[in-house]
Amino acid sequence: MTPDAPAAGAVNVITGRGIPLRGDDIDTDRIMPARFLRATSFDGLERHLFEDDRATRPDHPFNDARFAGATLLVVNSNFGCGSSREHAPQGLARAGIRAIVGESFSEIFQGNAAMLGVPCFAAERQAIERLQTLIELTPDLTIAARVDSGLITAGPLRLAAALPAALRDGFLSGQWNPTAMLLDRFDEVRAVADRLPYLNGFDFSCFS
Amino acid sequence: MAETLFQKVWNAHAVRTLPSGQTQLFVGLHLIHEVTTPQAFDMLRQHGWGVAFPDRTFGTVDHIVPTDTQRRPFVDLMAEEMTTALERNCREFGIHLAGPAEAGGAGGPGSPGSDDQGIVHVIGPELGLTQPGMTIACGDSHTSTHGALGAIAFGIGTSQVRDVLASQCLSLDPLKVRRVDIDGRLAPGVYAKDVILTIIRRLGVQGGVGFAYEYGGSAVDHMSIEERMTLCNMSIEGGARAGYVNPDDTTFAFLRGRRFAPQGDAFGRAVAWWRSIASDADAPYDDRVRLDAASIEPTVTWGINPGQSVGIGEPLPSAPGDEAVDEALAFMGFAAGSRMEGTPIDVAFIGSCTNGRLSDLEEAARIVRGRRVAPGVKALVVPGSRRVSREAEARGLDEVFRRAGFEWRGAGCSMCLGMNTDRLEGRQVCASSSNRNFKGRQGSPTGRTLLMSPAMVAAAAIAGHVVDVRTLLDEVPA
Repeated sequence: MTPDAPAAGAVNVITGRGIPLRGDDIDTDRIMPARFLRATSFDGLERHLFEDDRATRPDHPFNDARFAGATLLVVNSNFGCGSSREHAPQGLARAGIRAIVGESFSEIFQGNAAMLGVPCFAAERQAIERLQTLIELTPDLTIAARVDSGLITAGPLRLAAALPAALRDGFLSGQWNPTAMLLDRFDEVRAVADRLPYLNGFDFSCFS
Repeated sequence: MAETLFQKVWNAHAVRTLPSGQTQLFVGLHLIHEVTTPQAFDMLRQHGWGVAFPDRTFGTVDHIVPTDTQRRPFVDLMAEEMTTALERNCREFGIHLAGPAEAGGAGGPGSPGSDDQGIVHVIGPELGLTQPGMTIACGDSHTSTHGALGAIAFGIGTSQVRDVLASQCLSLDPLKVRRVDIDGRLAPGVYAKDVILTIIRRLGVQGGVGFAYEYGGSAVDHMSIEERMTLCNMSIEGGARAGYVNPDDTTFAFLRGRRFAPQGDAFGRAVAWWRSIASDADAPYDDRVRLDAASIEPTVTWGINPGQSVGIGEPLPSAPGDEAVDEALAFMGFAAGSRMEGTPIDVAFIGSCTNGRLSDLEEAARIVRGRRVAPGVKALVVPGSRRVSREAEARGLDEVFRRAGFEWRGAGCSMCLGMNTDRLEGRQVCASSSNRNFKGRQGSPTGRTLLMSPAMVAAAAIAGHVVDVRTLLDEVPA
């Protein structure tokens, strides 16, 4: 897998080959073990994805040459639970993963991935398992995931997936990275700070 | 209209609705540490952004900082580099840092550094930085801890750290609120840790996704702030990004006199506001659950996520064909239907943002006093902050632990996550007062973690195996 910069601009249709990773509750310690957080940059994290799982499981999908260069990761439930480390989605994005399709995600992980332009689509277990099986049987298959409709197509399979509305709209408009928006009307930020009792000596009664 | 604390605090901090439909939420307190911020500061410099509210930002070092000796420069060069980077960033942007001794600072190598250094979730409350009604963010999932004082506090990733530095704001969707009532009295030997492990077991590690947990009921009313912190700390292990307890007289008494708490007349005005932001008696909740405190036993995890636990008197599940159970039992090397009591341990770890505060060390010391760590067990106590360490030493707890054969360390996250040299080796089994028993969490890919209360860890260290702490409590004068 080649390192790559995270996406930029509007994100709608993501196409490419898939990589299936079965299992519930795969936490961010497993995606990116803590010793690889010993760095002041995110560079090179793609080399350490699932490093301990891969060492103990030769048949781990991220060891499997058939899935090298995949763009869409297909997972099960509660993916990315645990630590808030952005190093986990950074590693995935830098390994070329542009979208994740799964049964469900931890909120922090889903938000961190969105900040990198990587949508996490949610779909039903049966549909996910069918997609995982299909990719295992035909790793060269091209899969397409659409942000606007939530439709995932893979050969004969069509499955309906969902994104939280705000994330969906952010990807479509290219505003998935919100810093500029947050700085846009800074006078309104000041106004909130100016009326919060704890920033003003509790001299206000407006919240009582 | 009746509202929950969550809704009141959210509304007070909402700047506007963004074009995406999410809320632009003002962050009242931003806590930063050495591991999840260097990239965020680099992004600021790349874009030419400043720090919008440096006086609402507070830094410390905890994750990678060594705990054997904290003399500068650190022997661990990466710990030194990451600490130096945070020092540089805080200086450049005018942020207060409760750091270790500076490598080349005025005090010279080995000088004591800030008396305030410690785990970010321990020092926030102890300095009075954490207050009711605030929104608090930090690049660490256990930020939920601060909810114990009635704040809405949650973990964020590094790109969001950048956003908060640049704008003091986040783009977020509001959470639903689940009221979790724990009624009745906890039995002796049963602690807040057992309560939260029981909640996670019952509601699942994913059950809280989309929710903030509001903890209440008579058992919570009677808890100290430190116990409430243990409860709120592990909300995220149940999937809930935030957890909180409504502020009450216990909260106000805890805050009075702390350095960053309101002083003088302002304290009285603060209490009036703090009372007003508590959930109304008839507030609507999106969900409610109830637990009977008296039914909770000392609880121990047997698997690879914090929801996989049993009461000490219960057998491990026997669920043929359940892949998650099979995977966990295989990794841990435990048999279905067996019991945790008697499981030999190699390491005992007392510390972390979950259970590294003074009351945790006191409860553990009650068990340890006058006893010896079992042969072959490596036992360490890592106070959550330098203040915890000083207060424990003033009470002679360091001597109690040392005499029993424990190592007495400097403040930091240590073996909770294995970022410094405090790590498990091979398939070692660790009785741990920390928060995660994930595969590889404590620094060895095959290491095994048993989560339990600090008193249970102390008991296991003495016995050399998992034991019901209540059997040792009986022999301790109350």
